[in-house]
Amino acid sequence: MTAQITRGRHDRGSPDAAPQPPAPSRHRLTKIDLKFSPYIFISPFFIIFAIFGAFPLAYTLWVSLRKWDLLGGDGGFVGLDNYSAILKDSWFWNAVYNTFGIFLLATIPQILLALVTAYWLNKKLRARTAFRMGVLVPNVTSVAAVAIVFSQLFGRDFGLINWLIGFVGIDPIDWPAGRYSAWFAVATMVDWRWTGYHALILLAAMQAIPKDLYESASIDGASALRQFWQITVPLLRPTLLFSVIIATIGGLQLFTEPLLFNGSNNAILGGSLRQSQTVAMYLYEQGFTRFNFGYGAAIAWLLFLLIIIVSLANLVLVRRLAGGSKGAEQ
Amino acid sequence: MSTKVKATKRPWDAGPVTYIALTILALISLFPFYWMIVISTRTNDAIADVPPPLLPGGRFATNVAHLFDNYEAHFAQGLINSAIVSTTVTLSVVFFSSLAGFAFAKLRFAGRNRLLLFIIGTMMVPIQLGLIPQYMLMVKLGWNNELQAVIVPFLVSGFGVFMMRQYADQAVSDELIEAARVDGCSTWRIYWNVVLPALRPAAAVLGLLTFMTTWNEFIWPFVVLNDPGNQTVQLSLRLLGTTYYNDFSLVFAGTAIATLPLLVVFVVFGRQIISGIMEGAVKA
Repeated sequence: MTAQITRGRHDRGSPDAAPQPPAPSRHRLTKIDLKFSPYIFISPFFIIFAIFGAFPLAYTLWVSLRKWDLLGGDGGFVGLDNYSAILKDSWFWNAVYNTFGIFLLATIPQILLALVTAYWLNKKLRARTAFRMGVLVPNVTSVAAVAIVFSQLFGRDFGLINWLIGFVGIDPIDWPAGRYSAWFAVATMVDWRWTGYHALILLAAMQAIPKDLYESASIDGASALRQFWQITVPLLRPTLLFSVIIATIGGLQLFTEPLLFNGSNNAILGGSLRQSQTVAMYLYEQGFTRFNFGYGAAIAWLLFLLIIIVSLANLVLVRRLAGGSKGAEQ
Repeated sequence: MSTKVKATKRPWDAGPVTYIALTILALISLFPFYWMIVISTRTNDAIADVPPPLLPGGRFATNVAHLFDNYEAHFAQGLINSAIVSTTVTLSVVFFSSLAGFAFAKLRFAGRNRLLLFIIGTMMVPIQLGLIPQYMLMVKLGWNNELQAVIVPFLVSGFGVFMMRQYADQAVSDELIEAARVDGCSTWRIYWNVVLPALRPAAAVLGLLTFMTTWNEFIWPFVVLNDPGNQTVQLSLRLLGTTYYNDFSLVFAGTAIATLPLLVVFVVFGRQIISGIMEGAVKA
């Protein structure tokens, strides 16, 4: 409505689109420009997000409350039936177990190693950029390429890893076949790809810590290790939290690495015994190989819930861990 | 003299341990790439050699030729599609992000802060959870198996808007914009002639990050592009890996070709990418 009124004014002011409109009209044009340009400039984000982001998320909720499969189509409202069925579904819990297992096995060493790497990178180094690029380069490769190369490295017959562990007397392992060996291999891929990224983020935060804090701690006789735990880590808390939450969102949605690690052998099931199927893979299995859209959508919401719960748990944990020794620095 | 150096040694001076540790880490980071090259330049039998081959061979061209001759893998089509998709998405994200970032940083309008907060909030929501309805939507639109299905939803980016806003906030002075206004520039002209040139460094970083992310995208194309003849290169790689898992030299030649564009970009623009990631972290 406002738009119409202003357009009307504009028309009266300049009846023809002259290249050099008279001053009063130009003033009105400027007013329109000032008023509406900001909204026009930001609108593409909101339009596309509404159609392809917000609508599907809300629609997921609606679909999850219905029986909806390939044969029957939309079979009507069933309330929370899909959810209660999932909570009794042992395949779902198997996927939850795998997802958390891989997530913990990957994230804990990843954050610790990233922290130490950032500490090293924060020192006065020659060839600083080269070292930073060295640790970041895995992050620029595609998951598909990483998974293919690592699947070969972890191969049973000709894999380099089995060849290497042979030297310490360990028999060759069929990595994808066992649950925990598959977890380990997948966690290795995730860590290889992401540790450098987290190290750089932590490094950025470390550089913001004033050096004189360390100087005075040195004078007080605090060892390097003590300084690291009592000055560096507490002051990194917000960034550490950011890192952990990024790792949580990615880790709980893990999909491509385990899928490709299983090659062509029941890939979407995570192996013939579902030994490395994650929740995201189970969601895909139900939605796109069995076409149980309602059931799959309910899995999606439960996964979202899991991510929120774990993120909140991380928030509390990081506060506790890094906050416990905060008094020392003051 | 040496005692004096020792006495002034500060905790942030790097010793040999630091250099050794970082070198080992860098070698671990680089090894899989190196291994990719070793295997893709040899015959397939090399994979079974004990001890394993540690130097590249001379068969890269032959293996790549096999790869492109292989009709079922549709590898060339995958590369072309990925180039189209990544380029379109990158140009669009940079354009819309800089436009919106400029508006959020420098223009006054009602609801500015709340709308920005909303955009930041969207960055935290895992959009992939809408996978099933997104797929249903694409079927309704008739876009499944079409490239627009992997282009249109990614034309804008909340991260991009936020990043450009942060940069525009400090890189463009209010006086400059006021001066342009006095000269009679429209808001669009100010964006195009004053703001966009000033945003160029940040736009370059955003473009690089967007290109790499789009090139590497897997799960959504996997869901929506089912026709093996019209996929992105990541899906071609998967097809290669699952159907030709006996022929490692072929599969690794494919991964090498699909990774090469990214490595080139990384080597040329590594410094900018690193500072982009680090600056983003401090502001977030």
